[in-house]
This record gives sequence, structure tokens and C-alpha cells, in this order.
Amino acid sequence: MSQRLSPDRDALRARYPNVFNRPASARLAMPAMLTIAFAIFAFGLIDLNFSLTRLITGVRQLGWITLMMLPPDPGASLPLYLKALGETLSIALLGTTLAALMALPISLLAARNIVPSNLIRFPIRRFLDTIRGVDVLIWALVWINVVGLGPFAGVLAIAVSDCGALGKLFSEAIEAADRKQVEGIRASGGSALHEIRFGLMPQVLPVIAGQVLYFIESNTRSATIIGIVGAGGIGLQLAEQIRVLEWQKVSFLILMILIAVAAIDWISGKLRFAIIGPRAVA
Amino acid sequence: MTVAVSILPSQQLAALKDAYRKAVARKRLRVAVAASLFVAALVVAAIGAEVNLRTLFTYFGNLVSYFDRILKLDDGTRVWTNIGEWFWGWRKWLRFLGETLLISYVGTLVGAVLAFALNFLAAENTSPSPWLRFVIRRLLEFARTVPGIVFALIFVIAFGLGPMAGVLAIAIHSTGALGKLFSEIVENVDMKPVEGVRSTGASWLSCMRFAVLPQVVAGYASYALLRFEISVREASVMGFVGAGGIGQELVVAIRKFYYSDVSAILVMIVVTVFCIDIATGWLRGRLFGKEART
Repeated sequence: MSQRLSPDRDALRARYPNVFNRPASARLAMPAMLTIAFAIFAFGLIDLNFSLTRLITGVRQLGWITLMMLPPDPGASLPLYLKALGETLSIALLGTTLAALMALPISLLAARNIVPSNLIRFPIRRFLDTIRGVDVLIWALVWINVVGLGPFAGVLAIAVSDCGALGKLFSEAIEAADRKQVEGIRASGGSALHEIRFGLMPQVLPVIAGQVLYFIESNTRSATIIGIVGAGGIGLQLAEQIRVLEWQKVSFLILMILIAVAAIDWISGKLRFAIIGPRAVA
Repeated sequence: MTVAVSILPSQQLAALKDAYRKAVARKRLRVAVAASLFVAALVVAAIGAEVNLRTLFTYFGNLVSYFDRILKLDDGTRVWTNIGEWFWGWRKWLRFLGETLLISYVGTLVGAVLAFALNFLAAENTSPSPWLRFVIRRLLEFARTVPGIVFALIFVIAFGLGPMAGVLAIAIHSTGALGKLFSEIVENVDMKPVEGVRSTGASWLSCMRFAVLPQVVAGYASYALLRFEISVREASVMGFVGAGGIGQELVVAIRKFYYSDVSAILVMIVVTVFCIDIATGWLRGRLFGKEART
């Protein structure tokens, strides 16, 4: 039995003109984009003073630093570090709670199904975006100017910068809520506040709780770094030990941070699972 | 129209009511316990962080007056009455902003390439050997969990002050974050094409190239663009530790109380971040359709 090995090319061409005769613009788009991406990359390397010699000496130095980091050793300051870690966790917890408390009323105003008027919603949304656009470290610097050095500045920095992010997430959760419950409350004669309390909140609260837990988790990371600019917590110790080149202490502190973050991850994963079930554990 | 509401006999009703009351009471108790635990944790945290609620309100006034001050020029007029005076250093600041963007671009690109190289080894379904996967996963986890600015602090000492340290710090952090996201995409691919390619006798590399890559490349690009957005924010503060970019100018302005400069630089950073967000959102929408725009 003879078999036709090559398919009928002409027929295929006739049937799928788009596949065989792609326009030049479509064929050239990918290489052009890659070229542009690479050109910007090369320009960046030159503009940012990259040089191979610096890279090599740097890597060699990094190798020495890594060797000097071993073994991790806190020296005599372990209690101090544990206290700093506790401070970091406190900053994360308080900052996130404060942020959630501030974000909840703002998010109600920013949700389309609560405030139909664009006139109020739009400025509030832009306000939240602006707050979010400023990094938490910048907020920490600003708050240090306002309240002085120390963990309190860290709490406020996290509270303000997360207020923007949480406000956005909350308002999205509220907009995604089912309309029917709210209508039910209204049909039975409830006021606008009743609608929010009994129609909306039961749907939205578990989602919000999950998000807040997630933010506590991610704020543990943020709280470790805001100490670098002087806002308390373990970052302060870390930055100091790096500046005085105490590498064994540095590696110990990094190890402490990693373990603390992993522990918080695990706990908040369990808690989120308990609050909203498996779909929240992403 | 009349609707007859049927009411259960009182014995049945009493049993139901009792069960309902018990269920509600159980739920309330659980909520109360959780709430009191949470409040206790807050109190402990407040003592640990030296927070005092009373001082919070006094400080809030300070914050308002701080923003009042950064929105005033040296001669006491509002900043927006004299834009030229407000943005007196715009040439210098724009150059630093450009540097910030370049740092985040180069860093993200290097990170994306490294993550691309590592992610097939880290994914459950494509990794050639379990111990290799374990090692690579721990490496990525390390790169992701240690904050970028900590890497920057260490790199500034190893590589010297300047944008190079910032680029490398962002590259490492992006490798960790993207490596995880990329390998998650790989874990969700359809394995049938891989079997098809392998059945022709292809090597592991060819399997990845011809069976996995076509399925995942759009997701990769989307995540890399998203990462670029995050890197811009990160790069804007790299200057705080001497790793280049606009952060250097900002930290000087804040520390030396050049009030109107602080607001000018902040406005420039926020506008840049907005523009990058919108541009990458548009690009992702163009490249991968509307559903990729998250």
C-alpha cells in the first residue's frame, strides 16, 4: 500500500492563507521587539557604568563575604536580636490592623455599588493610587521626620502605605459582592446602613479577613526592611551590622528573618484556610 | 393576593428555635474568642512597638503640618503658584529617574532570563531529578524572601556605591519571584505535547523547547512585565542605601529638610510609577488580550 508522505501543500496553503502568508508586520514584530529590548539593555549597561572588571572584583569580594558569614553566629547579642524580631512582628501586626481599620470606610466610598457617583469615587481612587505609588520606605522616612526615630514611625509607615493597597482590594471585594442579599434587606425595610451591615458585610468580611492576613504576612517582610532607614525592628540591627562588617551576625540576622517569615507564612496559611476555605490559600 | 404563611406547631418550633439559638451562640463564642485573642495580640504588639494611642493623635497633627510644609516654597508661598521654582532641579531629577528606570529594566531582564533558565528545573512536572528541583527551589526561595534592599546593602559593600549594586539586587530578587511564578505556569501546562515530543526520541531540552515553551511564553512575558512595574517601585528606594537612582536625591532632601524638593521628587516618582503602570497594563492588554490585564 503506497502512502502519501508529503501532505498536499497547495491545498493547505489555499485553505489557511493566514498561516502561510503572514503579513510582514506580523512576522517582523517579534524580532523587532527583541532587538529594541536588547538595545535598551545594552544602553542600560553602558549608562549604569557596568564593567567586567568591577563585576569580577565584586563577585570575588562577595565570595569572601559569603565565606566570612559562615557559620552564622549572634555573638552576645541574641536577646537584643530576639527583641528586635519581636518589634518587627509587632510593627507588622499593628501596621496592618491600623491600615485595615482606615481602609474599610475608605473602600466603601470607593466601591461602585455603594457610591454610584463618579464625582466622589474618582478622587478617592486616585488618592488611594497615590498612596500606593509611594514605597513604604519613603513613608518610613517621612514618618521619621514627623514622629522621630523608632518603631512607631514604622507602624505608621506600614499603616499608611497599606491603607492604599487594602482600600483598593477591599473596594474590589465589595464590588464583587452579590447584589441580591442587599436587595433583600432593602425589601424588608432596612436602611442604607442596614444594607451594608447585614447584606454586604457577611459576604465581604471573610474575603477581607483573608486579605488582611495575607498583608500581615507580606508586611513582616516590609517591616524587616523599614528598619534600614531607622524605623525600628530587626532591619535596624541588620543595617548596623552590615555597616560595621560583622558578617557572622549579618548572616544570623538574615537566617532569623527567613525563619520568622516562613513561620508567619505557615501560620497565616492555616488561618486563612480556617476562615475562607481552600480557595483563599493561593 | 393573599399568601398563607404556614406556622409550625409550637413544639416543633421550640425545638428549631433552640437549635438555632445554640448554633448562633456557638458561632458568637468562637468569634468572641478569636476577637479577644486578636486584641490581646495587638496589646502585646503595641507594648513591644512602644505605641501609645494618645500620642498617635498628637502626631497626626504633625503629619498634616509636615505635608503643609513640604507644599510650601522657601518664601512661604504654595508650591503650585510657582512651578518653575518648585521643580528647579527637574533636569537632574529626570536624569536620576531615567537611571531608576534603567536599573529596574536591566535588573528585571537579567532576573527574567535567570528565572527562565532555572524554572524548568524547579517545576514539578519537568524537573529532571528531584534533588536538583529541591536545591533550585530553595535557592529561589532564598532570593525571593531576603528583601531586595538587604541585597543592595551587601552589594554596595562588595561592588562599591552606584547603580550596579542596585541592578544586581533587583536581578536577584526578580529571579526569585519570577522563578516561582514561571515554574507554576509550567506546572499547569498540558503534558500531552511533551509526551508527543518525547515519543519521537527528543532530548529533555527539545521537549522543553518544542512542547512546553510554546504553551508558556505568553504567561512569562506577562509576569515579567508585571515584575518590571514592581521593580520600578523597588528601584526608586535603592538610592537610600547608595545603590543608585532617584532615591539618593530623595533621601538627601528628606534628611536635610529641603521641604519643597521632597514634594517635587515625590510627585515625579508617583507620576512615573503611574505612567509605567498604565504603559505595562496597555502593553499586556495589547500582547495577550484583555484577560491578562490584572
